Amino acid sequence: MRIPILKLYDCLLVSIQWELDDATALQFQEDLLHKIHQTSANGVVIDITSIDFIDSFIAKVLGDVVSMSKLMGAKVVITGIQPAVAITLIELGIVLDDVLTALDLEKGLEKLQQELGD
Amino acid sequence: MEFQSCVKIINEWDIVAARQLGRNVAKELGFGTVDQARITTAISELARNIYLYAGQGKVCIEKLYEGGKSGLLIIASDEGPGIPDVRKVMEDGFSTSGGLGAGLPGVKRLMDEFDLDTTIGKGTEIRAIKWLR
Repeated sequence: MRIPILKLYDCLLVSIQWELDDATALQFQEDLLHKIHQTSANGVVIDITSIDFIDSFIAKVLGDVVSMSKLMGAKVVITGIQPAVAITLIELGIVLDDVLTALDLEKGLEKLQQELGD
Repeated sequence: MEFQSCVKIINEWDIVAARQLGRNVAKELGFGTVDQARITTAISELARNIYLYAGQGKVCIEKLYEGGKSGLLIIASDEGPGIPDVRKVMEDGFSTSGGLGAGLPGVKRLMDEFDLDTTIGKGTEIRAIKWLR
């Protein structure tokens, strides 16, 4: 099943609602980049409120898609990282450097607007 | 040995099945959300290691009851090539797969007990326990 990517003005909005398997994560990576290209979006918010764990593979896919989007000129904010996810990521030794984050979708959109200078 | 169930790791989907099994058992044992996430993540890393390095193997989850406390044991075993330099794979930041799999030190930090047994040419068995506090 593919993850829906919604367009909202000059931004894209993604809400990941179920546990990601490897194939879905990689498909999402590709879909998001195509959607940025199609829509000329300047910013992306990826909300992961429903995700209750992130392993190193999903972390790498998310980190990579942020870097890839940046190459294409779009800024990405990841929102809704749960306490358990934050704890396990750090204990696992994964550092998502250069990734913009915000507590929830609302704050994420605000952060994105600031970053885009509106 | 009160209870054990296993998932064979042959393809990527089995990684998902293994961590779902682990999460269910963790829930049954009464682990909180943070420990559930730790256990699920540890299983995902171990299952992925099997898939990447050994090709196939299995992940077994066991409920432990010892001296009034209960816990969850993960046994990840394969008949792969074995690990030539155990000290090196237990170093933070060491990876032979270009960043896939955070490696065993991360799994060790997520769990309470961690034990690795490997023989070159025969395979690897990792046992990791999380105790219910």
